Amino acid sequence: MRHVLKRLVTMAGAVAITLGAVNSAATAADIELSFYYPVAVGGPITKIIDGYATAFEAENPGIKINAVYAGTYQDTLVKALTAFKSGAPPDIAVLLSTDMYTLIDEDAIMPFDDVLKNDSDKRWAKSFFPAFMENSQTGSKTGEQKTWGIPFQRSTVVMFWNKDAFKAAGLDPDKAPATWDELVADGGKLTARDTAGAVGQWAIEIPSTGFPYWLFQGLTTANAVRLMNAAGTETYFDNPAVIQALQFWVDLSRKYKIQPEGTIEWGTTPKDFFERKTAIIWTSTGNLTNVRNNAGFAFGVAMLPAHQGRGSATGGGNFYLFKKMTAERRDAALKFVKWMTSPERAADWGIATGYVAVRPDAWDTPAMKKYVAEFPAAAVARDQLDHAVAELSTHDNQRVTKALNDGIQAALTGTKTPEQAMKDAQVEAVRILRAYQ
Amino acid sequence: MRGSKTTLRTPRLFTHIYGWLMLLPAAVLLVAFTHYPATATFIDSFFSTPRGRRGAAFVGLDNYQAMVEDPVFWRALENNFVYAASVIPLTIALSLLMALAINGRIAGRSFLRLSFFTPTVLPMIAVANIWLFFYSPGYGLLDQALGLFGFSSTNWLGNQHTALACLIAVAVWKDAGFFMIFYLAALQQLSPQLAEAAAIEGAGRWYFFRRITFPLLMPTTLFVLVNAIINSFRLIDHIVVMTQGGPDNTTALLLFYIYEVGFKFWDTAYAATLTVVLLLLLAALALGQFLFFDRRIHYQ
Repeated sequence: MRHVLKRLVTMAGAVAITLGAVNSAATAADIELSFYYPVAVGGPITKIIDGYATAFEAENPGIKINAVYAGTYQDTLVKALTAFKSGAPPDIAVLLSTDMYTLIDEDAIMPFDDVLKNDSDKRWAKSFFPAFMENSQTGSKTGEQKTWGIPFQRSTVVMFWNKDAFKAAGLDPDKAPATWDELVADGGKLTARDTAGAVGQWAIEIPSTGFPYWLFQGLTTANAVRLMNAAGTETYFDNPAVIQALQFWVDLSRKYKIQPEGTIEWGTTPKDFFERKTAIIWTSTGNLTNVRNNAGFAFGVAMLPAHQGRGSATGGGNFYLFKKMTAERRDAALKFVKWMTSPERAADWGIATGYVAVRPDAWDTPAMKKYVAEFPAAAVARDQLDHAVAELSTHDNQRVTKALNDGIQAALTGTKTPEQAMKDAQVEAVRILRAYQ
Repeated sequence: MRGSKTTLRTPRLFTHIYGWLMLLPAAVLLVAFTHYPATATFIDSFFSTPRGRRGAAFVGLDNYQAMVEDPVFWRALENNFVYAASVIPLTIALSLLMALAINGRIAGRSFLRLSFFTPTVLPMIAVANIWLFFYSPGYGLLDQALGLFGFSSTNWLGNQHTALACLIAVAVWKDAGFFMIFYLAALQQLSPQLAEAAAIEGAGRWYFFRRITFPLLMPTTLFVLVNAIINSFRLIDHIVVMTQGGPDNTTALLLFYIYEVGFKFWDTAYAATLTVVLLLLLAALALGQFLFFDRRIHYQ
């Protein structure tokens, strides 16, 4: 009995202390910043973000970071925008870089230029890879360039190949196809058919569900053509070079027969790779850790094959600052974003998650150097940044993107020719963008 | 005289207030979450989408005009009709069949009941993720099973001819077990005397089902039908997980398209317009069901 009583008293004491701690933390004129972050609750990523927030609070007393884990990118955007419309927006959010125009058009975010005060702030805003800044900045109608997003968790499309499969096909296992022609030549050898003609292993899978335009940009950029202008008001879907790129994608299945026909599910592509149903996949660098942990064979990571030149599109999320903050909160928010994107943090984040560290000096930190020495594949994405372009993003972004996605899928499933599909997509995009000319 | 009149009226007034107060909680919920949103949606469909500093402007029937010219809307509507016209009869037939099968005294009845009911317990998101791998070309369950009979691999979800059918199969699989429970309950209510009488008269099993069991199950069938129709317009989780409406809008259903327009394109006015169509459609179906079927159903 006494024992139980003693335990109860200890427990009550512990509760009192905890409550006291919570109280004291919330006292004074603390600035509490709400930070929407796109990940489901629980799991390793939330732990990392929580750790960063705690470390930041320890270094910056008086500022509290209230991280809100809001689900997928799409969920987070929905939550942030509906919160904004109801008058209680988050202060900071990590959202897709391609949502920039949507957020600008909703008048929800402010440019970082408005909060950068001194030279060190301005230098910081220029310290990121130019490829990542392409869809973090845009010109206004007066021609002035503004920075609306700061790169944080950025990725790009790379090629993974199964070295064992290359060896089995009599190819050099350490040499990935570097051009479209090599891809087709190697692909013929890598595609394994049984006597009845059924394919046991495909040469390549370029996924085409969800966001086929992003992977398509790996083909168009290599064919030396851009899909949109920098102001996000024009698209070039019916450019002959774009049609040619789509024709090549379709040909991989229909002409060369080295890729499965129809659309290829994004989500199961890595699994297809692990199951040796395909020797090569194109996917996000965000899958690096996944492949490293699950591939039961030697694999390599390479830049996407070149045609007119090399090329890929960047992707992933940026920091945004929402409007309706007081000056004091704005400064605190900027401090947090700067802290989160410091070279050491960018390196740490890249190593922990597989995202591409967003600034060149992050790659010179000792931690990153050690990581790259152990795992050279991690540097492929960085090196490819020299050839990378902005992910497709325009005004009324998702609608324009859907027009292109529908066209790509129509061509891949054979209901339209690539030429027809791209012409239709362009007509639709022009119609949608008319309001922004 | 005047005095007695007021005393007469007071208790009646009190009864009215009392009655309204009793209804208030339910009425508040209904107004806040059903009637007000429906009315607001209807009104919004005549305005343009507010963007940033630009507010909503009255545009009359422009949104409806745009809808009529929108090929994706017609595609989604057509898909939804195909989807409903397949899912509803298939689900009802399968659930009735399963209920009849496990109504009798057979070995392992509890196990069968449990396994038929299990899909209902799973969340649709989980179901969709499981089926995503069933349909995977090559190593997916379906392709492996067909491979045993010498069929080559099929890209089930990536083909315009099979994608919608694949989603229909998932919906039937998911809902049949749930409706089976209602049929089972109804079957157990049927008096065994009917079966005995029919046996004495020499009625066959099929004849007995057609002329006695099925007509007596009609109230349940109506209930199941109403729910199945609502589900076929309401449940889109599996589309979000499995196809995102693709390839090229082959599997876009009306509600999925509304979500896309509303929360991806942020064109809330056009989403409201589409929602009005969905509301009208469901209202018409519900009215039709109750006016048409109710008269033909024999309630005990």
